[in-house]
Amino acid sequence: MKRALLEELQCARIAKIPVALVTELDVGAQALVYTDHLVASELTFDLSRLAEIRSLLRTARSGLLNDSSLFVRSYVPAYRLLIIGAVHIAQALATLARECDYRVTVIDPRRAFATEQRFHNAELCPEWPDEAMARLAPDAQTAVVTLAHDPKIDDPALMAALDSQAFYIGALGSRRTHEKRCERLAQQGFGEFLGRINAPIGLNLGGRSHAEIAVAILAQIIQARYNE
Amino acid sequence: MGAEHNTDELACLGEWVAVGHKAALATVVSTWGSSPRPVGSHLVINDQGEFLGSVSGGCIEGAVVAEALEVMADGDPRTLDFGVSDEEAWDVGLSCGGAIRIYLERVE
Repeated sequence: MKRALLEELQCARIAKIPVALVTELDVGAQALVYTDHLVASELTFDLSRLAEIRSLLRTARSGLLNDSSLFVRSYVPAYRLLIIGAVHIAQALATLARECDYRVTVIDPRRAFATEQRFHNAELCPEWPDEAMARLAPDAQTAVVTLAHDPKIDDPALMAALDSQAFYIGALGSRRTHEKRCERLAQQGFGEFLGRINAPIGLNLGGRSHAEIAVAILAQIIQARYNE
Repeated sequence: MGAEHNTDELACLGEWVAVGHKAALATVVSTWGSSPRPVGSHLVINDQGEFLGSVSGGCIEGAVVAEALEVMADGDPRTLDFGVSDEEAWDVGLSCGGAIRIYLERVE
């Protein structure tokens, strides 16, 4: 691999632009293919090959192309996890999710909770969730988890999540808490979408500690991601 | 990439090259049967024998690092096959029951 190509690949990854590195395995020639253009090419592709490469890139898959020695390695921005409520469970969840390659953002307007010391490996947003969620714009590669246990913090975040394509939405709280939450959200016009909220949150693993609950939540997020 | 620096193989590769190391990139290009690391997984290696990432559950990394030192010396990219039908694979201990093809290249 040419050093300049590696640098350009890293620039794209840092800028969170999806890019495929295509390698002709017999001779080592390489190209970078983006969703809308092609650069740094030591290779030429016909339109059908280009379509095959972009199809892999769009679905974040890597592999050999049929009847060729072309290998495609897709690099796509990390999935995101937005955690609302900088609570004890959030600390464990942020750490575990980072290990699974999620980009983690913790939202909590209570500055005593959302501190660097408590969340050294996550981006912190000490804003109100409605503002933060508008700025962060969850997409189909984003999971949203509310843990604040306070309706005035959790509810606006859930409404924003239900308005988005987020692939996972989960809310901490008992069945009874969730029933009351659903009543409030239904009054706001979200009645038909409430089934998207995973509550009580997490797979039923039986654990009780904050870290065990974080594992149960992350396990459910992983399940949602791969079992669409 | 901030906190990702310590675990991102390509970032590590770039840093090695920037400070004058020779370095190589190993990538899993195909797998058969049960193999622990998905297609696209990276292992990066420098001329001091330091490495980051993985292409297997740990059973063939030693062999790949040794081959990488040769790639750094001669510059020829190559494809490496490890599998249960391959006696050499048993020598290095690919016991997971699968097979892996790895592409190994030097950063020029």
